[in-house]
Amino acid sequence: MTATILPEGRATGRPSPPAARRRTPGRWFADTGWRHLVGVVFVVYAVFPIVYVLSASLSAGGTLTGSNQLFDTISGDNYAALAGTRFWSWFANSVQVAVVTSIGTVLMGAAAAYAFSRFRFEGRRAGLTTLLIVQMFPQMLAFVAIFLLLISLGEVVPALGLNSKVALVCVYLGGALGVNTFLMYGFFNTIPRELDEAAKIDGATHAQTYWTIILRLVTPILAVVALLSIIATFGEFVIARVLLQSESNWTLAVGLYSWVSSLLEANWGLFAAGAVISTIPILVLFLFLQKFIVGGLTAGSVKG
Amino acid sequence: MTDLQHPGAPRATVERPGPGAGSTLPPEPSRGRRVRPDESPARRLGPGFLAKLAMMAVVDAFGVYVVWSAWVAEAWVILGAMLAMLAVANWVYFSRRTVPLKYVLPGLIFLFTFQIFTIAYTGWVAFTNYGDGHNSTKDDAITALLAQNERRVEDSPSLPLTVVTDGDELGFAVVRPDGTTAAGSADTALAPVDATVDEGRITAVDGWEVLDRQEILERQGEVTTLRVPASEDPNDGSVRTQDARTGYLFTPALVYDEVADTMTDTTTGAVYAPNDEGQFEAADGSTLQVGWRVFIGFDNFTTAFSDSRYAGPFFQVVVWTFVFAFTSVATTFLLGMFLATAFNAPIRGRRVYRTLLILPYAIPGFVAPLLWSGLLNRSFGFVNQVLLGGAAVPWLTDPLLAKFSIIAVNLWLGFPYMFLICTGALQSLPTDVMEAAKIDGAGRLRTWRSVTLPLLLVSTTPLLISSFAFNFNNFALIYMLTGGGPRFADASVPLGHTDILITMVYAVAGLDGSAPKNFGLASALSIVIFVIIATISAIAFKRTRSLEEIN
Repeated sequence: MTATILPEGRATGRPSPPAARRRTPGRWFADTGWRHLVGVVFVVYAVFPIVYVLSASLSAGGTLTGSNQLFDTISGDNYAALAGTRFWSWFANSVQVAVVTSIGTVLMGAAAAYAFSRFRFEGRRAGLTTLLIVQMFPQMLAFVAIFLLLISLGEVVPALGLNSKVALVCVYLGGALGVNTFLMYGFFNTIPRELDEAAKIDGATHAQTYWTIILRLVTPILAVVALLSIIATFGEFVIARVLLQSESNWTLAVGLYSWVSSLLEANWGLFAAGAVISTIPILVLFLFLQKFIVGGLTAGSVKG
Repeated sequence: MTDLQHPGAPRATVERPGPGAGSTLPPEPSRGRRVRPDESPARRLGPGFLAKLAMMAVVDAFGVYVVWSAWVAEAWVILGAMLAMLAVANWVYFSRRTVPLKYVLPGLIFLFTFQIFTIAYTGWVAFTNYGDGHNSTKDDAITALLAQNERRVEDSPSLPLTVVTDGDELGFAVVRPDGTTAAGSADTALAPVDATVDEGRITAVDGWEVLDRQEILERQGEVTTLRVPASEDPNDGSVRTQDARTGYLFTPALVYDEVADTMTDTTTGAVYAPNDEGQFEAADGSTLQVGWRVFIGFDNFTTAFSDSRYAGPFFQVVVWTFVFAFTSVATTFLLGMFLATAFNAPIRGRRVYRTLLILPYAIPGFVAPLLWSGLLNRSFGFVNQVLLGGAAVPWLTDPLLAKFSIIAVNLWLGFPYMFLICTGALQSLPTDVMEAAKIDGAGRLRTWRSVTLPLLLVSTTPLLISSFAFNFNNFALIYMLTGGGPRFADASVPLGHTDILITMVYAVAGLDGSAPKNFGLASALSIVIFVIIATISAIAFKRTRSLEEIN
């Protein structure tokens, strides 16, 4: 990063000219106005489909054509009609799978991060390198093999076979270490070692140190990983589509896809209502997480 | 070296095994004191230890159940793997020398089973002909062939038959010509049983329940398709019935000769011998339908790269995959960076703008493509009907427009992410560099081009590369928006103009039933993706030297 080197001799140049007191409209536009223009244009671009789906979910007709008049009619028919479908069991499935996966991911990821951060053991370096490499290969690439594996597993333990939510969670947990350990590892490293040392001197076991000291200090990263995991699992499509076969076991992603792909025209209102409901929990989590995500994304990125 | 060794920590402190969890020993004078190494943690029974014991009891119970089930199902690989896992788990959690592993093992087991193993398994399947017609082992194929090619033995005696059930499965109880009685189901061959025979027909049988007329009517379909093997030898054929009262012996039209390892058709006399493709083949080249899995070397890869049915579409798909991934990253990054720059100045309402702009990123990944597929619908969609006043632009059904639409939709989906990371990166840029540029007399544009952009690229390049890898495998977008369509004109393979490699894998695997299953070829294509991703990652590693972080 040679650009950061400041020529010493010239560091004391003239201070920047003070901003003009009275700005002309042209000047205002060049400084600030264009930003508002850009903002408005792209906010419309970003938000319009969301407004549209909200309007479609409230339209009385329920067809695709009928949804084109934005907020023409306001009715809760589509939302009420969801009760007559499997939507709510799909919703429950998605929530179950996402929450259980998230808890498992946090428990296993945090434990692994603790080991890598606090212990020096043979194979530690190799382990970290392996994780770094494994996380380059998303699990979904191997969905054919996962499918075949679960056929075999299902013949032995039906709960771990195809069409089982337990099996789906297990498969998702297979990706837990690869994806999240590094994020946590970095955070664990910021907790001063002296705390562990002090605890150890006071007679705490490694387990006590972990459960009662470290885990409390890393709560923020646990929350972030838990929520990121919920968001990712909630939206996952390929593996759920391949593994879950009976309609009652589907997750929202698989279920809503089936509505749109089979009877697009007639089901549009239902889909829109379902889409709005499935978006709400994620949207809430996301807005809550926003500042962590910005920090986390860049924290993970600046490595070189 | 001990497991617990911290750099710089005094050895004595570190080596001391801690007292049982929850015990309230007084703080020991730690320095210099060594606990005898033979001191077992089991002697210090604290709640933590009991919790561990309970957990391990559950794990072991589950493991024993799996081992037993695997034994019954004769799944030797699973049995072996489970035994190994149990051994490792018990060793790790009851040994004092494996402290780091105690923390890593749970995640590691899932990682090995469901990620690393599946990758290895993909590699194995890629070299076999696993798929429709080659689904299982040779033994299974022989059994299936004998069962599927049965016909009634001419002039064979009719067997008075009674439909019975063991509570769950149906079975037949028959009176043999010599007067003995036997019963069996689809899975268990006919075996002698004690039964009450009334007027030449069985009315009650030990261990089975006789179905009455009504029950038989309800399960008519099951009864007429049921075949009960006459004995353990598949060559002996099976008993079937049409009227639930009389059974006939059916024998295979094929006879398997175990010694010669050949199949003989009893009607034509043709002899079929196993070939390299995992099928029985006659001298005239005709084959029997059911085959088995065999290694076929690089055939799947050869098929992908040179078979006329696959190679053409395959190369088109590869090119489009790269174009799609690259264009997606470029467009989303440019727009995201532009917006981040625009809102990096303190203007009124900046927070509102930012929140609204990242909304598309907060929509679940499956909602957005489905929503856009409706918006872009040719006949009824909002874009055509309202924005374009009733035009019928084939957004998703014209080969070129569909590609354009996919990039456009992905721009909507992806720019908020780039906006977020660029905003983060811009905010963490060192301000002194900016000042220096200003002092040196650089204008706004010049500062941006020569200082901001290079610094921005330094911190975002790793993310751009992972974004490329993500889009390279953006299955949900393609599958939900166009389904890979519009189809290629030569529709022998269900592929289309917007299919990317990962959706091609899905189509070739035939998991949705639209094409014959070909797991071997699908896995070979997955391997191609692995190789491409590995290459990209290797370059990324080199560039960002992120491995250094491990030290």
